[in-house]
This record gives sequence, structure tokens and C-alpha cells, in this order.
Amino acid sequence: MRILLLLLILVFTISCKDNKSEKVLKNVEVEEEKTLQSNVDLEIYDFEGLKTFLNKKDDKTYVINFWATWCGPCVKELPYFEKLNAEYSSKGVEVILVSLDFPHMYDSKLKPFIEKKDLKSKVIVLNDDDENTWINEIDPSWSGSIPATIIYNKNERKFFERSFTFEELEAEVKQLK
Amino acid sequence: MMRKILKLISVFAVVIFASAFTNSITNYQGYDVGDVIEDFKLKNIDGSMVSLSDYKDAKGFIITFTCNTCPYAIAYEDRIIVLDKKYAPKGYPVIAINPNNPNAKPGDSYEEMQQRAKEKGFTFPYLVDEGQKIYPKFGATKTPHNYVVEKTPKGMVVKYIGAIDDSSRNPDAVSKTYLEDAVDALLVGKEVELKKTKAIGCSIKV
Repeated sequence: MRILLLLLILVFTISCKDNKSEKVLKNVEVEEEKTLQSNVDLEIYDFEGLKTFLNKKDDKTYVINFWATWCGPCVKELPYFEKLNAEYSSKGVEVILVSLDFPHMYDSKLKPFIEKKDLKSKVIVLNDDDENTWINEIDPSWSGSIPATIIYNKNERKFFERSFTFEELEAEVKQLK
Repeated sequence: MMRKILKLISVFAVVIFASAFTNSITNYQGYDVGDVIEDFKLKNIDGSMVSLSDYKDAKGFIITFTCNTCPYAIAYEDRIIVLDKKYAPKGYPVIAINPNNPNAKPGDSYEEMQQRAKEKGFTFPYLVDEGQKIYPKFGATKTPHNYVVEKTPKGMVVKYIGAIDDSSRNPDAVSKTYLEDAVDALLVGKEVELKKTKAIGCSIKV
């Protein structure tokens, strides 16, 4: 009986040890993944910081898109913003993609997404919890759903709480000029 | 002195800015604060049909348009359960309505709603807006989108529209409990001070 008990304890300790070493291994793998992902440096702003991007007075047209990796319609329209940036950046149009991803997703979702999609437009992050204040300041007509987009230059400003196709985006940008 | 002038200028700017947009606000479809809402009859996750008129003793309702799939809605699940536990006994039960079309958002199917409610232990009805007919009446644009209505002699009157609190993403950083404050005011017969607030959410999928 005693021997059996001893054996049991032995088996338990061994299996515990095994588990532990496995866990340690897994941790190491995760660490490696993280260091691989950190090639992307995020520019993170609160609303005060974001304002500079919303109120430029130079000769460019700015297309500011509010999005997040978890937002299906946002991800769907990102290629159109990328195309706009590629075709119009030499014509005085700058696309800025403002991510509203949750802070705990920056490393696990946002950075890998930016790398995987190879986003060429400028990506910045808005991290400001006081949504009731900044949603209204960005536009009083905004109910708070995303995607949402501002298209502005020093003379005119338009706000859209909707999705875009490339043609629609292009038309809006051309109209503004 | 300079500061004061600057402050004044910014106030003027805000007023002008806001007035420029009053048109778009009045064009806004759906219930506003003060409107009487129509009752509805929607299928619950247990198969029963639920109407506001079923609740004979309710003084009003906390109606939340929410879903399974939006991170902002998920971030509020626990807080909605707490709200129901706190306010249902006081006469303001929570009614959750999923406005998303499951064809557009597969994670919001009836079966998955049942599963999510079970996992989280929802203490309130979780209703399907079949055909996406009810959310437009409310003018809901996103999940989560919340309404507080009060039972009055003329019907269920909208008293509050907006966010549950001022920190969607981080429940530990809440400093203003907008929706609770609204219900608390109604419970003691007072006017709701802050009638509308805003928060980020996921567009309703149709």
C-alpha cells in the first residue's frame, strides 16, 4: 500500500515537472513572437495630440479615417484608402489612418496587422477614454460608429459616418479641391 | 486677460460650429429624448416573445442594442448584467436587443446568441431584431447603443440616449456613470441632467 502511494506521488511529481517545462517552453515561444512583431513603432496620441492632425492649415488635402482591426467594414475599405494614398500622395493628398484598437491589442493585433497588410499610409493610434467629449469635438453629427472619415483642407471640411468605395473616396477628394 | 479672450473666442467657435450642424441633427431619424416609443414584440433566446407591455410592474426600461461580436459590446456585457441586477428590482429591468443581421455577421446568429447568453449568465431577455425592423425606429446606429425609457401616462418616454459610462474600454477607469445617474434621477422623480452622451461602437450590420 505504502509503495503504491509512493509510486503515485512519484508519478504526480514527474507529470507536474513535465507540465512546468512545457509551460516554460511555450512562454519562450511567445516572447520570440513578440520581439518579431515589434518592428512597427506605434504613434499613440490622446485627443489633444490627435487634434494637430485634424487642423492642418497647409495646402494639402487630408483624409482621416477612423478604423480598428476588429471592425469588419473598416478593414474592407482600407485598401481603398491605401490606393488613394498611393495614387494621390504626389498630388497633395495625405491619408492618415487613426486606429481605435484597444490598448491591450496593440502588440497582439494592431502591429501584426499593419505589418501583414503592409500599410503604406500613416497609421496613428488614438487612446483616449473620454469618448463623449472627443466624438462631439470631431463632429457633432457623429453618433460614434466606425468606420468614420474626415476629408478636409484649409478651406473645407466634410465628415462621413459610413463606408467608402475607392470611386466614392476619389470623388469626394476631387470635389474638395 | 489674454486667456479669457481666447476662452471666449473658443466658446464662440463652438457655438458657431454647433449651429452649423443643427440641420443634420434635426434630420436624424429615430427617437429623441422626450419621444414616446412604440412597443415591440421580439423573439427571446428562450423562444418566447417579449414585449415591454409584459412587464406590468416596470417603471421603465434600460434598453440596450448590443451583439455578440463587437468588442465594445463585449466590454460592456458584465456591466449590463450588473445594471440589470441593480435596477430590475427597482423597476428598471434591462432589455437587450441584437440588431445585427446574422447573414451579414455570422457570429450574431440566434444559436450563438443563446450560447453567449448562457456563457455570460445573462439575467435579462436577449432579443432578436428579426428583419432589422426595430433598431431604425430607435435610431440606433451602433452596438452598444443604450436608451432609458420611463413609463408615463402617455406611454414609454425616452429619457436618456447614449453610453453606459465614460470608459468603454476600461471598466476600472469609469469616472462618470451616465446611465445609472439617469435611472437614479428618474427613481426619485427628478429630471435627468445629462440626457445624451456618445461613445464609440460598431456599426449595425444589415
